[in-house]
Formats: sequence, structure tokens, C-alpha cells
Amino acid sequence: MEEVLLSLRHIFKNFGEGDVLSDVSLDVHKGEFVTLLGASGCGKTTTLRIVSGLETPDTGEVILNGQSMTDWPPEKRPVNTVFQSYALFPHMNVEKNVAYGLKVRGVDKKTQAARVKEMLELVQMSEYAKRMPAQLSGGQRQRIAIARALAPQPQLLLLDEPLGALDLQLRRQMQIELKRLQKKLGITFIYITHDQEEAINMSDRIAVMRGGRFEQLGTPEEIYDHPATRYVAQFIGRSTLLTGTVQSMNGPLAVIKNENGRFTVDSAHAALTAGERCEVCVRTERMRASCTPVEGFDLPATVRETRYAGGSVLIYTVLADGTEVVAEGATRMCDAPQAGDRVYMHWNPAQAAVIGGTSHGA
Amino acid sequence: MTGKKKRRLFSPIYLTLVLIVLYLPILMVVIYSFNSGRTIGAWQGFTTGWYTRLFGNTLMADALKNSLILALLSAGLAGVIGTLGAIGLAHGHMRGSGFIESLATLPMMIPELVLGMAYLALFTAVGVKLGMGALIATHTTFCVPYVFINVKSRLVGMDPAIEEAARDLGASPMRVLRDITLPLIMPSVISGMMLAVAMSLDDVVISFFVTSAETTTLPLKVYTGLRSGGTPEINALSTLMLVAIFTCVAVSQLLTARSKANLDSSR
Repeated sequence: MEEVLLSLRHIFKNFGEGDVLSDVSLDVHKGEFVTLLGASGCGKTTTLRIVSGLETPDTGEVILNGQSMTDWPPEKRPVNTVFQSYALFPHMNVEKNVAYGLKVRGVDKKTQAARVKEMLELVQMSEYAKRMPAQLSGGQRQRIAIARALAPQPQLLLLDEPLGALDLQLRRQMQIELKRLQKKLGITFIYITHDQEEAINMSDRIAVMRGGRFEQLGTPEEIYDHPATRYVAQFIGRSTLLTGTVQSMNGPLAVIKNENGRFTVDSAHAALTAGERCEVCVRTERMRASCTPVEGFDLPATVRETRYAGGSVLIYTVLADGTEVVAEGATRMCDAPQAGDRVYMHWNPAQAAVIGGTSHGA
Repeated sequence: MTGKKKRRLFSPIYLTLVLIVLYLPILMVVIYSFNSGRTIGAWQGFTTGWYTRLFGNTLMADALKNSLILALLSAGLAGVIGTLGAIGLAHGHMRGSGFIESLATLPMMIPELVLGMAYLALFTAVGVKLGMGALIATHTTFCVPYVFINVKSRLVGMDPAIEEAARDLGASPMRVLRDITLPLIMPSVISGMMLAVAMSLDDVVISFFVTSAETTTLPLKVYTGLRSGGTPEINALSTLMLVAIFTCVAVSQLLTARSKANLDSSR
């Protein structure tokens, strides 16, 4: 088990209009890339500001390397932030921006210059050292903001939607660069985003936040394959949620029945018992539509339309009670079922997830 | 002529008329400060003689000195007070800050006559000696809002993350003020102080109440000079004051425009 660098213990925060954070606890290990993922207003930025010291929690503790720094002002914390708006100092050139964190800590001029040079090389901005922030593009400012935050060698780097203002292509490129940088430097990152794809691509662990709480904390795979709550299932990826009653158990396989028919799911993560109500999440790319019934499944649906989605075909269908289900199918349009066809929905039982299974402690 | 054409002609003509009404009297003063005759309205040839006479007048020199000391000191003091007030109010997040802001800018709207009387009453009651000290105190008071408003609007337009980033990088609050906040608001501070200088340089009413017989300022000189039948020397003095005030206001406007452009482009 790696060493724990940062612990948040039972953090509560209230700005006077209801709880912004309620009982947030998190352990971040050394060298880990942890992402706080959630819609705007879910408390992810407040969590980050509590770690940086720009906000103080009402109750709870912030512990770094086993030492409580809850009451430390931001300037005393060995933690630096990359702000969403970059927040470069507009009256200082690139070099002075990057050197600032070293200068205020009283690092000598020679070391400062060497470190600035190293940082600018790291973000490939060496030739821009004398430019003013106003003369840089958004992507370039982003790099300088990262270089500035890394220069004082923080133990923990906080990134508040650092790629939010960039266009998609630059964003993808920066995602890869950031991840490479983090691996190379071995610095612990806490990263904020509302983009689930970004979170899944970059993180070691993701905390999905909603209404000031963690809905689920886990690896991208755990979160994607075994969403703990309905919210997580819907927020991350595209999926179909089906509710039903467990009819019988067949080893680890649970046969579930509802008004649309019958289906099977692997309950290894959930420990279901017969007669229990449960909700099953099937990812769109794992949902199949067959022209003939498949063993263990009896979910007839009517095809409404089919759409080519580059490499595969999306089949939009409707179940008996009107629930819309999207399945992925044949790689060519001519193989796909036609609108109005009757199809039978099915999936690999091991690839469907029972929401809120006991393995999540929910 | 169509209606559209009429309208197109109307607005420039209207604008010209307004400008003439506004600036003709001022222009008259400027022109007749170079008149070799003594009466406004009768042009008798060009001379700079009145300016020479003005500079040779020791009483005038004294008034000029007083006015400059007064303007610089009160603008300086107002600069410090207004800036600190604006920073405190912008960062304090305290309750009723909107009310305090209105209170701070209200002196701009209060009639000068009332202010002058109020100061006089206060100084007499407390036993403050009238003269330069009293002038500096009052001018500082009515100059503060000009600095305050300028600095406040700049602070409001600033991304709070800039100061937070400095704290995050290890700067104490005082260090942030010195390295980040003050350099960023300096153009607005100077712009506000320029306006303050302009306001102080032309104040008659308030100064009239709180000055002593020995201390006179340029605008007071103009006022008393006019009462004893204006001379072209007063025209010359007025022209010089106009130039000084226009310069102050122009510098102030320039700084505001430039700092705004700078702030916008850094986003």
C-alpha cells in the first residue's frame, strides 16, 4: 500500500445557503492522480480550495503527511494550484510569473533562474520567457500557469478545470501532456473536471461528487463498470437502467423479471437474493439487439431507427412499456435491423452492473 | 429634402451648438487673456503682457504656491485613504458594504455650500485654526471619493484568482498587496489622484469657508479679483488653471483607458 499524502477527514462547509460540502473524506496516496468529477455546483472547487487553504472548513480536518494543516494559511502549505482562469500576473512577464513562488520563499536568484529555465523547458515554453501574459494564447497561458505552480516543487498539485477554456483538440493534446508530466515528475495531482471522458482517461481514481458528497470513489474501471448509484451510472457514459425483481438465482447469475420481460445479470458484486428489487445498468456499447431470442433473456423491443456511428451502428429501440433502449450492433448498415423490426435485447451478464451492490458498501 | 436627410443634418448641428454653448465662455476668457485692451468684447491687439504681469505679482506667486501645496497634499492623502478604503471594501465581504460605498461617494453630491458651512461649524466648535491645515483637511475629504471610485471599479474588474494565486504560491497578505494588488491598481490610483488635483485646484466655495485671511489660493484670488472688477490678469490666471486642470483630467482618462485595455487583454 502506498503512503497516504493527503487526508480529508469529515469536511463540512456551509456558505450560509445550505451545505456546500457535507462529510467529505478522502485519502490521496503519493504520486496518485485523483479526479473530482461532477456537475457545476457539486462542491468540487470548494473541496480543492479547502486543500489549498483558500477556504477553511467549518468542521473536519485536512492532514498532509500525517500533520494537520487545517488552520494553516495558503502561503504556508506545500501545495500549489493551477487556476481555471490561469490567473497569471498580468504585470509580470512569463519568467517573473514562474519565478514568483520561488522569490517569495526567498530562494536565491541563481537557483530561481535555473528552476525557471527547467520549468519552461518542461512545458516547452522556453522561447516565451520574456513575453507578457497578454501576448500569449490560451494554451500557452495554460502551460505557464502549470510551470508557475510546479516551480516551488509542491508536494501536491491542485488543478481546477485547467483545460476548461481550451478547444477540444488542444484539450485532448494537453490531457496527454499533463498525464505524461505527472508520471514523469511523480507529483500527486488532484484534478477537477466536469468532463467524464477526461476523468476516465487521466485518473488513477475518480471521486464522483454530487450535492457536496462523494457519490462514488474508485478507479475509472470500477466507476464505469460498477456504478454505485443511479446518478453515477447516468453521469458517466451512456447506459440503460432497468429495474426489476429477482426471480431466481442460478449460481452467481440472477434472473430478473419486470413488466418488459426477463433478463440475466451476474450478481458477483451485489449478492442478490430472490424476491429482492434491484436496478441494473447496461452500457450502450454492451447492449445487443438480436433477431432471435437469446438464452436467459426475454426482452422484446421494436426498432425505431438505426444510425451509423462510425465503425458501428446504433440501434434505437423501444421496450413494451415505452422505455427507450439504445444498442450497438453490426458494423455495417446493411446488416442492421430495420425500423419497425422486432428484436430481442440481451447482453453478456458479466458486463452488466447491479447498481448499489454490497461491494460498494452502499 | 427627405426626413432622413434632415435628421442626418440635425444631430451634428445640435452637437456643435451644445459644444459652443459649453465652451464659448471659456474660449472668450482664453482669447481675451491675450488682449492688450482691458475689457472683454473689445479686441485691441495681441499681447502676452498679462502673463508677464501675473508672474511678476508676488501675491499671485504666493497663491500659486498655496494652491499647489494644497492640491498635492490633499490628493496624496486622498490617494492613500481612498485606495486603502477601496481595497478593504472590495476584499472584506462584509455586510452593508454597499451602504458604506454609497456613504463614501456621497460627498460628491452634497452641495459645496453645505459642506463648507459644515466644516466651518465643526472647526469653530472644536477650535481648529482656519488656514492651510483646515484647507488640507477639507480638500482631502472631498477628494477621497474620486480615488475611491476609480480604484474600486478597477478592483471589481480584477480576477480574484490573481491575488489568490499569489497567496497560493507562498506570499503573505502584505506581500500580495505589495507585489500584486498595488502594481495592478496603480494606474487607477494615479488617475483618481489626478482628478483630485483638478478638483482641489478649482475649489472656491469650500475653501472660502475654511481659509484664513493670510492664506489664499488661486481660485480664491480669481474670485476676489473679479469682485474688484476683473482684470485681464485674472483671465490669464484662469487660462493657466484651465490648462492645468485639462491636463490632469486628460492624464486621468488616458490611464483609465490604458489600464482597462491591459486588464481586458490579460483574460
